Amino acid sequence: TLRMLTVGIEEEEGGDSFDIHISVSDPEKVGEYMMLFSSTHNLSFSVFPFMSLLQTSISLFKRNEFAVKRRFSDFLGLHSKLASKYLHIGYIVPPAPEKSIVGMTKVKVGKEDQSSNEFVEKRRSALERYLMRTVKHPILLKDPDVLQFLESSELPRAVSTQALSSAGLLRMVNKAADAVNKMTIKMNESDAWFEEKQQHFENLDVQLRKLHTSVESLVCHRKELSVNTAQFAKSAAMLGNSEDHTALSRALSQLAEVEEKIDQLHQDQANADFYLFSELLGDYVRLLTAVKGVFDHRMKTWQKWQDSQMLLQKKREAEAKLQFTNKPDKLQQAKDEIKELEGKVQQGERDFEQISKTIRKEVSRFEKERVKDFKTIIIKYLESLVQTQQQLIKYWEAFLPEAKAIS
Amino acid sequence: SSKTLRSVSVDLNHDASLLIDIPDALCERDKVKFTVHTKTTLSSFQKPDFSVPRQHEDFIWLHDTLVETEDYAGLIIPPAPPKPDFDSPRDKMHKLGEGEATMTKEEYTKMKQELEAEYLAVFKKTVQVHEIFLQRLSSHPVLSKDRNFQIFLEYDQDLSVRRKNAKEMFGGFFKNMVKSADEVLISGVKEVDDFFEQEKTFLLDYYSKIKDSTAKAEKMTRAHKNIADDYIHISATLNSLAADDMTANKKNLEKLSDLFEKFRKVEGRVASDQDLKLTELLRYYMRDIQAAKDLLYRRARALADYENSNKALDKARLKSKDIPQAEEHQRQCLQKFDKLSESGKKELTSFKGRRVVAFRKNFIEMAELEIKHAKNSVALLQGCIELLKSN
Repeated sequence: TLRMLTVGIEEEEGGDSFDIHISVSDPEKVGEYMMLFSSTHNLSFSVFPFMSLLQTSISLFKRNEFAVKRRFSDFLGLHSKLASKYLHIGYIVPPAPEKSIVGMTKVKVGKEDQSSNEFVEKRRSALERYLMRTVKHPILLKDPDVLQFLESSELPRAVSTQALSSAGLLRMVNKAADAVNKMTIKMNESDAWFEEKQQHFENLDVQLRKLHTSVESLVCHRKELSVNTAQFAKSAAMLGNSEDHTALSRALSQLAEVEEKIDQLHQDQANADFYLFSELLGDYVRLLTAVKGVFDHRMKTWQKWQDSQMLLQKKREAEAKLQFTNKPDKLQQAKDEIKELEGKVQQGERDFEQISKTIRKEVSRFEKERVKDFKTIIIKYLESLVQTQQQLIKYWEAFLPEAKAIS
Repeated sequence: SSKTLRSVSVDLNHDASLLIDIPDALCERDKVKFTVHTKTTLSSFQKPDFSVPRQHEDFIWLHDTLVETEDYAGLIIPPAPPKPDFDSPRDKMHKLGEGEATMTKEEYTKMKQELEAEYLAVFKKTVQVHEIFLQRLSSHPVLSKDRNFQIFLEYDQDLSVRRKNAKEMFGGFFKNMVKSADEVLISGVKEVDDFFEQEKTFLLDYYSKIKDSTAKAEKMTRAHKNIADDYIHISATLNSLAADDMTANKKNLEKLSDLFEKFRKVEGRVASDQDLKLTELLRYYMRDIQAAKDLLYRRARALADYENSNKALDKARLKSKDIPQAEEHQRQCLQKFDKLSESGKKELTSFKGRRVVAFRKNFIEMAELEIKHAKNSVALLQGCIELLKSN
C-alpha cells in the first residue's frame, strides 16, 4: 500500500495569497499494452494512471476539492506544452520526472513484489514534487494547460512525449549551447550580472552533483546495513538456541530481537535518506538544467537580434549602392525590406530586453525557492535522523536490564 | 594504554604474584614489536620487574610448545593470538591515494585521518589480544608455572634463535596432524561419560553458530563504517557549497557541514565500539571454543589409545608373550585418560563460567555505549535543527 503525501504551499508575494495542496496517490493498474522500443525488444508494462487530488481555495478553479485520473504520459505531455511555451522566453519550467526504462521492465504485471512497489512509489513521489513545483510558479499556475490538467476529467492523449523528458531537455540545451559556441560574434556581456549568475549556477551544478552522488552512496550503504543487521539477528537467534547456559541463551535471543527491530529502523532511515535528501538533490540537478536552458535561450535571442542588425546593415549598404543606379523598382523593394528589417531589429531588441528582465525575476524567484525548499526538507530529514536515534535509545535501554540479568 | 580495551576476558591479571601487561608496542612496516612487561613476587624469576621485546612469532612458538606438552593435554590451552593484520587499512590507504585527485584537500585529510584511526584500532586490537593470551597463562594454576612461559617472559635476548632449536626438538607433532580428522574422531568415539557427551554435542554445534555470528557481526560493523565515510564526503561538499554561497544561506550550509562532520565521528565510534564489544567478543570465544574442542580431541585420542592398549593386552595374553609390558602400557593409558578426563571436566566447567561473565560484561558495555552515542547524536541533530529554524 502506498502512502498519500500532502505537501502544502503558500504563495507570499504578488498580492494574492492562496493555499494549494496537491497530492498524487492511488496508482491503479488500468491495463497493459505492448510498446516497441526497438526492433529487438518488445517490452510490456502496465500503465499507471495517478489521481491528482487538489484542494484549493483560490478562485482560479471551479471547485474547492477534486480529484482526477492521469497517466504518466499525461504529466510528460503537460511539461512538453509548458516547455514549448515558456522556456524560450526565459521562464524556468520545472522538468518532468525521468522515463526510466529500467524501472519499467522491472514492473511485472499482476505481481506485487517489493521492487515494483518501490518503483511505483518513486515515480508517484517524483510526480507529486513535479506538480508542486509547477503550480508554485505564479505564471505557470495560470496557464490554461495547467488548469486543464488539474481540473478536466478527461484529457486528450499526449502525442509526442519523448522529446521533453529531463534527458531530452538536456540534449536540447546542449544543442543550444553548441550553437552558441559556434557563433562567430562573441556576445559582449554588458551586464555582469548574467555572467556572474551563469558561473554561479555552473559551480552549484558541480557541487550538487557531487553531493547527490555521496547521498546515493549513503542510501546504498544504509540498505546494506539493514540487510547485514537482519542477518546478524538471525545468526544471534541461532546462537542463543545453541547456548546451554539459560540466562545467556535468553540474553542472546533478546539481542536478536533488538537487532531485528533495528533492522527495520535502518530500512526506514534509508527511505528518508532517499525520498528526502537524495531526491531533493536529484530534483535540483535537473532544475539547474532548465536554468542553464533559459540562459542559453537569452544568448540565442541576442544572436537573433544581432543577425537582424547585420542583415539590416547589409541591406542599407545595398540600398546606398542602388541610389546610384537607375532601378526604381529595386530601390523601392530595398526600402521596403529595410523598413521590415528595422521592425525586426526593434522587435529583436525588445525580445532581448524582455527575456533579460524575465530571467532576472525568474532567477531571483528560483533562488529564494531553492533556499526555502532546501531548508524545509533538510530540517525534515534531520528530524528523521533524530527519530531513528531516539528509537535506538529505546531499544538499547530495554535490552540493558536483560544483559544485566545474566548471572 | 591497553587497559581500557581489556574486555573480552575477565578475572585476569589480579594475582599480584605474577602481573603481565603490554604497555606499548611499535609498528614498523606492519611488523609489530610488543614490549612484554612482568611484575612478580615469585622467586623463580631473576628480577621482580622487567620488560622484554617480543614478536608475534614468539607468541606462536610459546602457544605451540604448550600444545605439544603431554602434561597439558587435559587443559584448555588459551588460543594463540591471530597475526596482526593491517591489510584492510593498508588497501584502503592505497585506494585513497589513487583517488586523491577527485576530492578536496579537506576531504582527503579527513579520509586520511579516518584511515589512521583504523590503523590505530587494528594496532590496539592486536596488542589487546596478545596481552590477553599472556594473562590467561599467568592466571592459570598450572600453565603459569611452565618453564617455556618463564623463558618467554624473561629471556632478554632474541628468542628467534631458541625458537628454531625448539622446532627441531618437537617437530610439530600434534600440529602437523590432519586437523579435519578431529571432528570425525571426536564424534566417532563411544562416550561413556554423560558430561563429555553433552559437552561434545554442545561445543560442535556452538562453534559453527558462533563462527557464523562473528562473520555477520563483522559485516554489520563494516556497513556502519561505510556510512561514516559517506558523511565525510557529504560534509566536505556542503562546505564547498557554503564557500561559494554569498547569501544568508551560507551560515546554514556551514552549520550543516559541521553537523555531518561531528555526526560521522559518532557513527565511527558506534562502529568501533560494536567491533570491540561484539565482533571481537564473538571472535575470541570462537577461538576459545576451538581450544576446548582441541581438548576433547586429545581426550578422544587418549581414549582410543586406551582401547587399543586393551586389545594389545588381550593379544599378549593370548600369545602369552610380553604380558607385563602390555599390562603396564594399559595401566598408563588408563591413568592418562583418567587424568585428562578429570582435568578436562574442571577446565570445561570453568570455561563456561568465564564465557558467561565475559558476554555479560560486554553486552552491558555495548548497550551503554550505544545509548551514549545515540543520545549524543540526538543532541547534535537537535542543536542543528534549532539553529536552522531560528535563522
